[in-house]
Amino acid sequence: MNSVPLSAYLVLALILFCIGLYGALTKRNAVIVLISIELMLNAVNINLVAFSKLGPAPSISGQIFSLFTITVAAAEAAVGLAILMSLYNRRKTVNVDEMDQLKH
Amino acid sequence: MMENAWIIPLFPLISFLLLLLLGKRLKESSAYIGIAFTLFSLLFSLLVLWERFTSPTYKIGTEWLKIGDLSITAGMEVNQLNALMLVIVSLVSFLVHMYSKGYMQGEERFSVFYAYLGLFTFAMLGLVLSPNLLQLYVFWELVGLGSFLLIGFYFYKEEAKQAAKKAFIMTRIGDVGLFIGMILLFWETGSFEYDAIFKAAAEGSISEGMITLTAIFIFIGAMGKSGQFPLHTWLPDAMEGPTPVSALIHAATMVAAGVYLVAAMFPLFSESSTALLIVAATGAFTAIFAASIGLVQTDIKRVLAYSTVSQLGYMMLALGTAGYVAGVFHLMTHAFFKALLFLAAGSVIHAVHTQNIEEMGGLWKKLKITGPLFLIGTLAISGVPLFSGFFSKDEILVSAWNHGNYILFFLALIAAFFTAFYMFRLFFLVFTGNQKKEAQNVHESPASMTIPMLILGFLAVVSGYVNTPWFGTFLGDWLTKGNHYLEHGHEDSPVWIMLAATLVSLAGITLAYMIYSKRSISRDWLGGEGSMMYNILYNKYYADEFYNLSIVRLTGIISVFFSYIDRFIVEGLVNGVTGTVQKLGKIGSRMQTGQVQQYGTIAFFGLAVLLIIFALTGGIFE
Repeated sequence: MNSVPLSAYLVLALILFCIGLYGALTKRNAVIVLISIELMLNAVNINLVAFSKLGPAPSISGQIFSLFTITVAAAEAAVGLAILMSLYNRRKTVNVDEMDQLKH
Repeated sequence: MMENAWIIPLFPLISFLLLLLLGKRLKESSAYIGIAFTLFSLLFSLLVLWERFTSPTYKIGTEWLKIGDLSITAGMEVNQLNALMLVIVSLVSFLVHMYSKGYMQGEERFSVFYAYLGLFTFAMLGLVLSPNLLQLYVFWELVGLGSFLLIGFYFYKEEAKQAAKKAFIMTRIGDVGLFIGMILLFWETGSFEYDAIFKAAAEGSISEGMITLTAIFIFIGAMGKSGQFPLHTWLPDAMEGPTPVSALIHAATMVAAGVYLVAAMFPLFSESSTALLIVAATGAFTAIFAASIGLVQTDIKRVLAYSTVSQLGYMMLALGTAGYVAGVFHLMTHAFFKALLFLAAGSVIHAVHTQNIEEMGGLWKKLKITGPLFLIGTLAISGVPLFSGFFSKDEILVSAWNHGNYILFFLALIAAFFTAFYMFRLFFLVFTGNQKKEAQNVHESPASMTIPMLILGFLAVVSGYVNTPWFGTFLGDWLTKGNHYLEHGHEDSPVWIMLAATLVSLAGITLAYMIYSKRSISRDWLGGEGSMMYNILYNKYYADEFYNLSIVRLTGIISVFFSYIDRFIVEGLVNGVTGTVQKLGKIGSRMQTGQVQQYGTIAFFGLAVLLIIFALTGGIFE
């Protein structure tokens, strides 16, 4: 069972995080940006679970924390999508490049 | 009562503040507030004067500023001169307040006018109570402000605006002189107090040259305020203000402030014969210079204005020839009869709606009260015996003669002749002769205007009797009593001087009568309109034109030069600095695009760089 080393999980999480970060920073569509942020959060979840099983002090609390994170992420996605909907109603666009009203 | 004299200037101040706050609502009933408060001032002033007859000078002061070991005090002093001035100022002010109620009726800014009058009266009363030069200077400037506001009261008229500016700037030139004199005295004696300065001057701790210099600088201040040559040109122009103002400020009180200043500083002046000579010469020259201009002017108020300048010259001449009492005496009588003349002139203007004396005539029958009162004022200023001006003028002539300066004496005598002539020219042209058609439905002024004139008319007759060679020199004895700086020897006054003065004034009156009333001498016998002499006099010796061409033009050129420096060099530097900062800001603001993804990218790379540094150096805690 312990044939998969900790570093493999961390690398997976790293790759997932980088994909998410890349998507969040480059995609124009706000929905894709939100999805990318979910990816980054899930990378964190993998880290939490991996450390809770294979870390220097294994304990169940890491897994419980990841459950919390999933819940919070769901709430965050709901709020994000709601904001996005009202923005779309106002501006008729989901292009993040055009959402630059906060400058200066 | 004397310890409460400080309350006298406060009444008009309260009136000023009240009218500022409530004037809009009170409209024409503002007059009652102004009249009531100046009446309080007058009553208190009379009480103070009454008490001052028996008790000694009262002086009080508290520390105002303390700089190092040096303390500057503020307070008040009631000496004879101050007490007398208090009564003159508050009396004339009260009468003018009363008179204005009728004269200014229907004026839109009625309450503002009364507010300004209150401010001016406050400043003038404060000025005469000041025990030191610094406090005097503060009120001196306030008085100038009051004068400026009132000359420019009809600010929608271009001439009034110009006149107000001119008055302010011309008197400022004098004020700078006063300020320099004040600073020099402070430098020499370390005090602004009159007493300390006089003591230092008398003890000889100030060098003689310094005394002369400071006295001359202070006299320059007095010249500006009192309209002495060459700073006289603002005073006739100041007649653009309402006539009651001309009576109060530009005849009776403010212009006398210069004379008051020289009188108050007299112990300093008397230490320097050079300074006295300058004062006397300026006074005598101004007296005859302004009188000669008055001969040909056609505006009723301007004739009176030039006669004011001329009479102020007389007072200066008196002070300059050590005639302290004569100067102050003439100041008092002049305040009464000149205020009377101005108020009567205002009443005439009120009736006929013109100021040009050529358009008036035959008003004697129409103006039953104003006419005789104007005649009284004219007789008084001309120095006809038994009227107040006769005694004070005689005193001045005696003082000039006894001083031994015969040129000045004869100048004064000729000026007296001119005065009698132009005043009666004015009288005959306005009140006798044929009625002009403009003067058909003329009627006498209301009681609020005639009562003040009656009071002044009474004073113009009797105020001379307080100091006569016949019944005793009460005023002179009282003014100099207990003041060891002023020795008032009973100078013998030659009877022939009195006779000469009478003859001269009668000659002036007769000549005016022959020319303007009987017309047995042609008006043009000495050069009619268009002759060179007439033109020079009519254009006031071209003083204004000369100033415009020399000083004003020169100042203009310098100002243009400096405005270019300001525009291109100073402003260029400033614009350069602001431009640079602005451009830097633009660069900075370009980073704030509002693109959240860009911010994220930058934050990410920043973190990456920090981590790399951390990894390479092994952390800062190592």
